[in-house]
Amino acid sequence: MLAEKHAERIEKIFAKYPDKRSGVMALLYLAQEEYGWLSEEVLREVAELCDIDPTQVRSIAGFYTMYSEKPKGKFWLQVCTDLPCALRGADEFFSGLCAYLGLGERGGTTEDGLFTVEPVMCLAACDKAPMLQCNFHYHENLDLEKVKMLVEQWRAEAGQGDGAVG
Amino acid sequence: MPGAWLLADAKDPHRNGVLKTMTHILLRNRDIADIWQFDTYVANGGYDALKRAVNDLSPDEVIQIVSAANLRGRGGAGFPTGRKWSFIPKDAPVKYVTVNADESEPGTFKDRELLEKNPHQVIEGALIAAYAIQATAVYIYCRGEFWDLALALEERIEEARQANLAGEDILGSGWSCPVYVHLGAGAYICGEESALLNSVQGVLGQPRVRPPFPAQVGGGLYYAPTVVNNVETLANAPWIILNGADAYKAIGTPESPGPKIFCMSGHVERPGNYELPLGITFRELIYDQAGGIPNGKKLKGILPSGASGPVLRATEEVLDAPLTYESVAALGSTLGSASFILMDEDTDMVWAAAKMTHFFRHESCGKCTPCREGTYWLDTIYERILRGEGTARDLELLEKVPQQIMGLVLCALGDFACNPVLSTVRQFRDEYEQYIGLAEPVAAEA
Repeated sequence: MLAEKHAERIEKIFAKYPDKRSGVMALLYLAQEEYGWLSEEVLREVAELCDIDPTQVRSIAGFYTMYSEKPKGKFWLQVCTDLPCALRGADEFFSGLCAYLGLGERGGTTEDGLFTVEPVMCLAACDKAPMLQCNFHYHENLDLEKVKMLVEQWRAEAGQGDGAVG
Repeated sequence: MPGAWLLADAKDPHRNGVLKTMTHILLRNRDIADIWQFDTYVANGGYDALKRAVNDLSPDEVIQIVSAANLRGRGGAGFPTGRKWSFIPKDAPVKYVTVNADESEPGTFKDRELLEKNPHQVIEGALIAAYAIQATAVYIYCRGEFWDLALALEERIEEARQANLAGEDILGSGWSCPVYVHLGAGAYICGEESALLNSVQGVLGQPRVRPPFPAQVGGGLYYAPTVVNNVETLANAPWIILNGADAYKAIGTPESPGPKIFCMSGHVERPGNYELPLGITFRELIYDQAGGIPNGKKLKGILPSGASGPVLRATEEVLDAPLTYESVAALGSTLGSASFILMDEDTDMVWAAAKMTHFFRHESCGKCTPCREGTYWLDTIYERILRGEGTARDLELLEKVPQQIMGLVLCALGDFACNPVLSTVRQFRDEYEQYIGLAEPVAAEA
């Protein structure tokens, strides 16, 4: 349970705000870090901590793109394909990455559960396109060759059972 | 002295086409690489402005200086910052400053550089604003994707707190103001100020009905009077307090004074951020500073304010126009946050508009029916046109649907979503007609 395992972090989160409800976003991140994704059960746990209705927590989890209500690959790759990046080849980059990982045109999760690839909206890195974020860390000024090397690095990391990702 | 270059030809913002070698006021990291470190920042005059404000000036005097400097909001709206601060009722027991670091407009990446590379200047600026309104606390709202940045920012805030520049009894003045970072989680709409406030409160990040406005009782963070300022806006404040309003107004033009960070992306030789005085021309920015268009191509379309402002055709008239809030508006677009997306002669403008429309469909928060439904239909029409199945009726709809969104929704996103549609349909109609078979096809490809 979050309350027992992360008591100190939870206390720090609540200390920032005049009410508990405001801690919901930070707690959803904490829960996602702990459990990998946000199941119904996890959402209820967060609701209890913030003293709000589980429905409200669910609406917040569903509203933002960085919360995941489904399991993702160990490496969650979000590629920006908005206009500024697309003008610098992001669409071709995205489909090239998908093809390299054996995924369809719209991305998805690899069969071994290692990689999830998704297009994402602008990440404020337009001058360093193409780019992606891997588990919330940015990788910029990429091309297909560079990202293939990254993919192989991540594969190797996963093979060594290293928990640190991104 | 920082910014001395800018004062050289104060009467002539165009500098006769020649811009002096620059020293930065905002992107000081370009001149002093490790200015993100507290000691380096302080050694270069950092926090002197906050000390001056707290020790020597009354809150009202701070507001007067910033008002006299005519600093205008750099987040997009260009609203006078000093006036915004002056709206906060003095007798309110609780007041907040909220820093908008949600930077999510396609083509915008200036606040990220400031927060990563020159973070103490933003913290100092926020504390100057906080002092001016005697705020209870500062919340810096970082978009969720600024995950690494936000963690580092919390360390910078802690450094300021340990030096008694933030937190309890700041500089022995009796005024206390903690600074917190709140992390969003991926939603463009949270850059809209009332949605941002809801998001901090743990309420769904959707815009509020106004009035009451954030500065009013009932309208701000936790319904207390609140100033919401953009990162870049606040980064101007320390320099203004130290150098005075007259020195600041000597930069740029009288209506749009000061330096501005221009974000250059898309088809441009040297993408990146450029800090320049307002009032330089499109041509100077695009060709002299950013190196022009790659591969010797001609420039076709300019989005001066990311995806949310109307596209401009790169005519000689546009290229010679000065970059001020007024003159870009007179051209039929908006300077906004000055996030320039450039498109060369080979760019398919229908495809570009479809990209932006798809963005707004995804980012419409769903609260107002006209925007939620309207952006869905616009996106669907674009998909049809790009598949080659568009008709003359679709072209008509692209002009009609916006009439049912604009002005009929709670926030500006609805209008933003219509801008790329209407501006491309009107200025690049021939390209639409080629798609729907009303004109002879010519090579047009992204």
